[in-house]
Amino acid sequence: MERIIFYILAAIIIFFAIASVNSKKMLRAVIYLLFVLIAISGIYFMVDYSFLGAIQLAVYAGGVIVLIIFSVLLVHHIELSLEMATVKKRIIAAIVSLSGIALVLPIILQTKFNVVENSKAIQVKDIGEKMLSYDKGGFILPFEVISILLLAVMIGAIVIAKGSKLEK
Amino acid sequence: MDFTYTILIPLIPLITFLILGIGSFKIKPNISGFIGTASIGTSLILSLYTAYKYFFVVGNVDGVFQTFYPFKTVWMNFTPTLHIDMGILIDPISVMMLVVVTLISFLVNVYSIGYMKGDTGFTKFFAFLSLFTFSMLGLVLATNLFQIYIFWELVGVSSFLLIGFYYTKPSAIIAAKKAFIVTRFADLFFLIGILLMGYYTGTFDFDTLTSADSAQLAQWTSVSFMGMSIITFSLILIFIGGAGKSAMFPLHIWLPDAMEGPTPVSALIHAATMVVAGVYLVARLFNIYQIADDGLALEVVAYVGAFSSLFAAIIALTQNDIKRVLAFSTMSQIGYMMLALGVSGYEGHEGLGYMASMWHLFTHAMFKGLLFLAAGSIIHAVHSNMLQDMGSLRKKLPITHITFLIATLAISGIPFFSGFFSKDEILAAAYHHNKLIYFVGLFVAGLTAFYMFRLYFGIFWGREVAHSDKVHESPKSMTIPLMILAFMSFAAGYIPFSKYVSADRKGFHSHIDWSMATIAIITAFIGIALAFVFYKKESKYPEKIANAFGVFYRWAYKKFYMDELYFFITRQIIFKRISAPFAWFDKKVVDGTMDLVGNTTVETSKKIKGIQSGKVQDYAMFFVGGVVVIAMIVKYLFN
Amino acid sequence: MINGISIYEILTLTTILFFIGIYGFFTRKNLITILMSIELILNASAINFVIINKYLFPENLQGAIFSVFIIAVAAAETALAVAIIINLYKMITSVEVKDTEMMKY
Repeated sequence: MERIIFYILAAIIIFFAIASVNSKKMLRAVIYLLFVLIAISGIYFMVDYSFLGAIQLAVYAGGVIVLIIFSVLLVHHIELSLEMATVKKRIIAAIVSLSGIALVLPIILQTKFNVVENSKAIQVKDIGEKMLSYDKGGFILPFEVISILLLAVMIGAIVIAKGSKLEK
Repeated sequence: MDFTYTILIPLIPLITFLILGIGSFKIKPNISGFIGTASIGTSLILSLYTAYKYFFVVGNVDGVFQTFYPFKTVWMNFTPTLHIDMGILIDPISVMMLVVVTLISFLVNVYSIGYMKGDTGFTKFFAFLSLFTFSMLGLVLATNLFQIYIFWELVGVSSFLLIGFYYTKPSAIIAAKKAFIVTRFADLFFLIGILLMGYYTGTFDFDTLTSADSAQLAQWTSVSFMGMSIITFSLILIFIGGAGKSAMFPLHIWLPDAMEGPTPVSALIHAATMVVAGVYLVARLFNIYQIADDGLALEVVAYVGAFSSLFAAIIALTQNDIKRVLAFSTMSQIGYMMLALGVSGYEGHEGLGYMASMWHLFTHAMFKGLLFLAAGSIIHAVHSNMLQDMGSLRKKLPITHITFLIATLAISGIPFFSGFFSKDEILAAAYHHNKLIYFVGLFVAGLTAFYMFRLYFGIFWGREVAHSDKVHESPKSMTIPLMILAFMSFAAGYIPFSKYVSADRKGFHSHIDWSMATIAIITAFIGIALAFVFYKKESKYPEKIANAFGVFYRWAYKKFYMDELYFFITRQIIFKRISAPFAWFDKKVVDGTMDLVGNTTVETSKKIKGIQSGKVQDYAMFFVGGVVVIAMIVKYLFN
Repeated sequence: MINGISIYEILTLTTILFFIGIYGFFTRKNLITILMSIELILNASAINFVIINKYLFPENLQGAIFSVFIIAVAAAETALAVAIIINLYKMITSVEVKDTEMMKY
């Protein structure tokens, strides 16, 4: 049963990802991306990692996509057809990507992974404790760093978007 | 015996050249004239002292004059058989040449103080004269073939500088170039001859070459080439080099044009010293010339000398520029010297030709130098070179007149003057060796008398020249050398030359063969008489004779079209047929290849510069592609 | 872990998604669409972290926590990139890539 769901999700992801990068219309590309992100969160739910699935939906699907749509509306005529790259360029890019896949995939498939069978769900409580713990293996430092990063990004975004000083 | 002071003889002119050359803008003309003359004068005194010491104090030891080497060092050492030495060689002919060169150079320097007065390049002139004197002295004192070659080229350079002294005159520049190119072309053969000689004998040293015993000689002549031994072949090549410098046919074309230089230059270089360098070279190597293939090379020398002598004398009959007449006369007299060497033997009295050649060199330097300096005096007075602008000058230029007459008598071979003694010995030597050459020499003697007296009568007798009231005698600085040379033209005949200079260095007693001498004197007098009839007063005879000879006269006047022939060969054949294809090849193929390389690079870079497109995406593509490729290589090749 | 799905399949999925994102990055001509391709790349790597943590090291939580950071950083970066794009738009009134080729030879 899970297998079928997984395969459906995988198909959605791949199909809509390709559609997103090939789409001629801006808004459609964004919406396809939205579908990809939702499917990815579905995978997270399937691995018993509900917390991250929720974050994925909230941050990505809610935040980032909205952000992108707003920026599209701000700078674009939404019905405008996007210009596509020349066929030659697309083919070369495809070749590079495929060769990349050809490099990485065999390595992955040949590696022996020591899979540990389990059904342990990842609890929010554990994440929270780990995140704020001072002990060995604690993530307090990255946590603080990330918060500073977010602060910096907020300020930076405001400064940049505001542009140079308010003129007439 | 200590001859080490002889290093000063060439060094003093060299230092003078450097001083005058570097300071040519700062030194005043009076001082530079004085410096030049004083330095050569010092060399003259040292040379005379050397001659006195060598011939009288040291004398001949056991009847043979010794060879001294005050200096002999290895200058550049390549292999045991190939090394260039420098040194000083003292033996009879080199001492004689020292005296000749320094004496004439000194007198020319004194003369130039008067002749070149007011010229802007006054100091430069004296600097070049010193350079020339240094080169010639170095040539004369050379101990080996390479050293003589080096100074040979230096002399050529000095000649070039001096002929082209009036560098604003196009004809002078062309003449200087011609002289340099022709002698340089001859020197190519000279060099090949030197190298051949050095390779097959293993040495360049004169001493080793000339004192070879029969065993060594047999080994040297073992290789044959074109029917003669390789040594003879290289000797002929060396002679060609000498022929270029001495203006023998067919390399004589530069000598008439070299008269574009100032007259003191013509006197010094093209009469007395540089042009005899070829004769000196053959005399230096005389022993081998004599021995190799029984003197086959010497036959070549004799015939070339005789032919050049005749050729030049015929042309000199027709020329109207007095310096050109004297130039062809020089060529003719040098032909005599070569001829004399060519018919000479070696032992004792057999070596009469050698001794006569050297004697004639000595006397010729005196009277030809005098003739040129006197001509300079005349040109200075009349401001023209051409015979038709001169006439009846004997009252206006008394000293010049008398000295010119003495020199003309000397060159014509009239008894009691020096030319008679030396020329007579040459004819005697020729008579005993080769009758044909003897008759040619006799005929040329008659022609010489004729054209020289034609010149004399044309200048000092005949009709009055225009503007004759402006004509005046030259200053003392110019007439005193004339007088000294006139004295030498007379007295040099009385030196017992054969006692001191001979082929085997033993000295022999020579006497005048009056039966032969009488024939020569009669021939000379016939020539003088004809000239008297034709030229003393204005007459129609010369023109009638010239028309009677018709085409031949024209040919002689045009110097037998030798210059035109050379132009044809070089321009039509060499430039057009040979040089032009090479130039085309160089321009199209060689340059073309280089341009091709350059253009290819440019085109390739134009294509490649598209990589710097400014598009970040493309950069990323190359980046990812590169990483993938490298990873693949690492994974599949190294694991 | 998901029953019946081996790790290989999921890793294959993330690899393909990753390279689709790279393809999009090379090919797209609009700055915002490039941004979207970057999102795909980042998401693929986030899935990788979670899956490996879940399948190979269930006791540790490092992969899981790190993926949170990845999402945080990705979101921040997107926000900043949008700000830059808007600023650029103010200057040259275009968000096409061809108008930003200043580093061309």
